[in-house]
Amino acid sequence: MPGFPWSRAPYPVLVADAGGLVVQRNDAAQALLPAARPGARLADVVPAWLATAHRSMRLPAPRATRESDVPLAGLIAERRYEAHPSVADDGTVAWWLVDDTDHQLVREALRMERERTSFLAKASSILLSSLNLGRCMDVTAQMAAENLADAALAIAPARGRRLPVVTCLRGGTPVTSQESVDPDDVPGLGEALRGFPPVPSRWLDPASAPAWMIPEGFGPVGAIVITPLPGHGVAAGALVLLRKEGSAAFTEEEEVFARLFAARSGAAMSAARLYAEQTEITEVLMRELLPPALHQISGVDFAGSYRPSADHERVGGDFYDVHPAAVEGEPSLVTLGDVCGKGLEAAVLTGKIRNTLHALLPLADDHQRMLSLLNTALLTSHHTRFATLVLASAVRQGSEVQVRLTSAGHPLPLIVRADGTVDVADTRGNLVGVLPDVHARTATVTLAPGESCVLFTDGITEAKGGPLGDSQFGEERLKRALAGCAGMPAEAIVEHVQMLASQWLGGRRHDDMAVVAISAPRTHHLSAVDGHTRGRYTA
Amino acid sequence: MSTSTPPRHTGSGHLADLVGQVWNAVAEGDEVTATDIVLGALDDGVAPESVLLDVIGAVQGRVGEEWAANRITVAQEHAATSINERAVAALALHPAARTTPSRGRITVACVDGEWHALPARLVAEVLKLRGWQVDYLGAQVPAPHLISHLHTTQADAVALSSSIATRLPTAHAAITACQAVGVPVLVGGAAFGPEGQYAKLLGAQVWAPDARKAADRLAEGPLPRPETDHQPIDDLPHLADQEYTMVARTSASLVRAVFGALEDAFPAMRAYDDMQRERTAEDLAHIAEFLATSLYLDDEGLFTWFITWTADILEARGVPARSLPPALNLFARELRDFPRAVRTLQRGVEALTTDHSPANGTSA
Repeated sequence: MPGFPWSRAPYPVLVADAGGLVVQRNDAAQALLPAARPGARLADVVPAWLATAHRSMRLPAPRATRESDVPLAGLIAERRYEAHPSVADDGTVAWWLVDDTDHQLVREALRMERERTSFLAKASSILLSSLNLGRCMDVTAQMAAENLADAALAIAPARGRRLPVVTCLRGGTPVTSQESVDPDDVPGLGEALRGFPPVPSRWLDPASAPAWMIPEGFGPVGAIVITPLPGHGVAAGALVLLRKEGSAAFTEEEEVFARLFAARSGAAMSAARLYAEQTEITEVLMRELLPPALHQISGVDFAGSYRPSADHERVGGDFYDVHPAAVEGEPSLVTLGDVCGKGLEAAVLTGKIRNTLHALLPLADDHQRMLSLLNTALLTSHHTRFATLVLASAVRQGSEVQVRLTSAGHPLPLIVRADGTVDVADTRGNLVGVLPDVHARTATVTLAPGESCVLFTDGITEAKGGPLGDSQFGEERLKRALAGCAGMPAEAIVEHVQMLASQWLGGRRHDDMAVVAISAPRTHHLSAVDGHTRGRYTA
Repeated sequence: MSTSTPPRHTGSGHLADLVGQVWNAVAEGDEVTATDIVLGALDDGVAPESVLLDVIGAVQGRVGEEWAANRITVAQEHAATSINERAVAALALHPAARTTPSRGRITVACVDGEWHALPARLVAEVLKLRGWQVDYLGAQVPAPHLISHLHTTQADAVALSSSIATRLPTAHAAITACQAVGVPVLVGGAAFGPEGQYAKLLGAQVWAPDARKAADRLAEGPLPRPETDHQPIDDLPHLADQEYTMVARTSASLVRAVFGALEDAFPAMRAYDDMQRERTAEDLAHIAEFLATSLYLDDEGLFTWFITWTADILEARGVPARSLPPALNLFARELRDFPRAVRTLQRGVEALTTDHSPANGTSA
């Protein structure tokens, strides 16, 4: 081509005039577009996108402008080219065609890889944050349906005869169901759910898939793949991915990726399962150690409240119980105590003491004897711990309540009178579990309606804090607080004391704290308790 | 949640009547009568939800007002609340209040350090009436308990209640912990501000002004799922200056220093007896607590509201409030290296020295 400066240029160059006819081309363009001879109509010899791009260059020259939404790239002979125009004054355009197929492929691969990595990172962070099996299954099904398939099922190993299944359609919300089916009836599912031996993902012929596996409204199924969820020693479950008829089948690469996701959700589901099992065990063992809920028994109001030393625990070294009398009209026995130490180990010992006291209930009338027997039991056990406690036998007599109180080395019970006086129960005794003998003196107190006897552990009085952060709550402050509690219901007193002690602490470290109130219920009308029936008080 | 929602039913006269009766019984400490009135109203066919919110809730609202106005003691407030609690418990057992769960599962709890359980209890009962399966965890639930509960149950949402603004930093920790395990949070209670502005600030999914609105919102559909890559600090970028951390961590020694200096600045204090001194120290500790909370939320308005309210309470107690500005100035001296704290304290002094219109404090 004489006068054509680019005939040997390495990129295809095609020159067309304003009328849409090919003017010139170089060697590379000839090889790429053999039909695009000079004089041919551009629209007849090049792909439509390039012809459109050329039309959009229509002038007025010399200031060529282009409609911005016309793409300057497209396929030629199955490869992708970018077209770069340079416009001459007369309106002819030289199109430089640059092959960017490989660039595009790399960009696409990078985008896919980024998407997958961020999907896996997101899956990990969501799955890691929950220890709830149901939620892990929800997340697994939903994320799989959004990213890997048109619908997904997360299936956990059966508990009993039912198979827990979470189904999620793309764009939908996860739905939990329990299927009464035998997983071995579905090829590959039984093996996947057993978790051992390791099995690969498995294709399932859509025609042989059971009806429960196809979500309602899904339509004809194109492909189903069952992937085991690896559970590190325990069976975690299986992930079922479904694609609609007509949508692309699973590629090998996609299958590998699905396995990466399955590894994460399997780990999360097995951790959640282990946590649930452990929690169930703890729950059962803990039930016996938890303080009981108290209520009215035989006309006497009881209320108790317990705050363990550590927030994450529910039990500790303080304990209380109320044992109703075997015979109506006999006193109920209240026990409240404190073993040395805190935390779970101390709680286990409180459990033993509570059991021992329970066994000694037939002797509940004789506090001294109960304490002696408990002392012997503690001395002969392998625990080297000791305990302090209060025994209280409370019985309703008319509208009053009579309480016999015995302290074994424990802070003395306080009596809240109707007029706001606070008395200290006159009982003394040694702690149990140290000396061969225990000696204790019992006090008898009569509560008029609306009066209460408050038992507490030293966690309350020794609570260290206050506005200046350096003093103990102390017995005097407790007495002052109780003076304001005259006539209050047992629950209110107990809660009030716990609240004051806790506010005194203001978030500082503390010991276990227990409070029990024994109250003579108020009669209906306030006037009946108006201070005239002040209780007797005898040693 | 605000429990003083006025009755808005056709029988509002009857309801107002019931409120008066229950209030009288509660004020006399007469639990039997209070419970009888509540059960009688159910027998008469008053809707259980209305008895809960328009009667018991209204009475509790009045208890709160009486306390805020310093007309009853904290112990009396406790006694009244426990009678209301028993009335709620009695109501829950009445045949009219029996329901079977037909919706999802909701966990209802108070934030740690929050002792006012009744508003949360009312929400729990209303949700039960509306067919939810409810786990009610009660007052002052430490975050570890709440979270392990969420791991073992599959709650659709957590409803968190807090009435005292100073619990908001703790509430924030609880909100983000719930969200971190994937459970959305609905909050309510006076602590979150009259328009719920702190609920938004602390990233709760939903704020509800009262129990009815909470139940309505939950009935509308699932709450939005928490974002997974959310960091608590994103809500409160101002915490980067560490002022909250410093004031909160050193509050005891801060209060001690101010207390000592106040004796010099305010000689009348020397004549105080032990009780008066302890009360003064408590007031200072409250100031430190509200200051810390204001720093946490970056809201000076909360602090000035608290200071004017304290001044009113002091006057009602017969204590001259003129010791407050010197106390705030002493705090500012101790915290001179912390610009936000100093600015907040100055606003407090300004609020006290200019004409302060006493806000009717119901949210502390």
